[in-house]
Amino acid sequence: MRRIRAFGMFWWDFVVGDDWRSAAGVAIALGVTAALVAAGVNAWWLMPAAVAAVLWLSLRRAAAG
Amino acid sequence: MTAGFLIASAFLASAVEFVEALTIVLAAGITRGWRSALAGLGAATLALAVIVAALGPALTLIPIDVLRLVVGAILVAFGLQWLRKAILRASGYKALHDEAEIFAREQAEARAAGNEERAGLDWYGFTLAFKGVLLEGLEVAFIVITFGSTQGSIGLAALGAGIALVLVAVVGVLVRGPLTRVPENTLKFSVGVMLTTFGIFWSAEGAGAHWPGDDASLPGVLAFVVLLSFGAVVTLRRRRVAFA
Repeated sequence: MRRIRAFGMFWWDFVVGDDWRSAAGVAIALGVTAALVAAGVNAWWLMPAAVAAVLWLSLRRAAAG
Repeated sequence: MTAGFLIASAFLASAVEFVEALTIVLAAGITRGWRSALAGLGAATLALAVIVAALGPALTLIPIDVLRLVVGAILVAFGLQWLRKAILRASGYKALHDEAEIFAREQAEARAAGNEERAGLDWYGFTLAFKGVLLEGLEVAFIVITFGSTQGSIGLAALGAGIALVLVAVVGVLVRGPLTRVPENTLKFSVGVMLTTFGIFWSAEGAGAHWPGDDASLPGVLAFVVLLSFGAVVTLRRRRVAFA
């Protein structure tokens, strides 16, 4: 059990790192992009905008802390 | 995406990780003996080759849109981590990565460790080199597999990583010390920009969006991420000065 947990923690740390909010923001942005595309909107512009917002918020948190 | 772009991305990302792995192998070799350190290096390289050989072809069986969505999302999350750290370092909010300091710390820990021999090897030296190379190498394997499979060319991504490995190994043998002169933050900044750029491009495509001009829009996304990152560095530097 400990090894499975350690394995999971390794991958969590590897992909998500110390700011889970950024990863969550990326996932939400992708979900919204897929929803807009399904509704007939070619939302290619959403991911760049979302990444800009997510990065800026993450940097603000880090700089403030 | 051009082949050159793919090779350059894999090369840059791999070079950063290989420099860090080299520091650990050098610390293990100098303090615990080269036989055990090189055995650890060889065992980890073999393990990484098996991972790439097993996972690479398996990923090509996944439908390309699903692959791009998942890989793209992971790359954006992964790339943002690199970019965030590089921006914080460049703007003075985080200390610069110091290979000389890490080398000294690893050496001190290796000297303080007890002696245990297994299979004729100094076990601490072997595991230190093995773990160091495997952990740093996993990031390289991850980038080679994701970049390569998404573009249908694992060979080119592996070529970029291979060139980086040879270059770092040759320079490491010549210098016989940690590569302190490598502009690591600049490299990490570049890798963060590239990972984020490809992540944005592929994940949006995987979600069903179509980029204006298809692959031709990739340089535009790259320019956007570069401007965004430099803008963040400038803003944070000003903020730091204002609050100092």
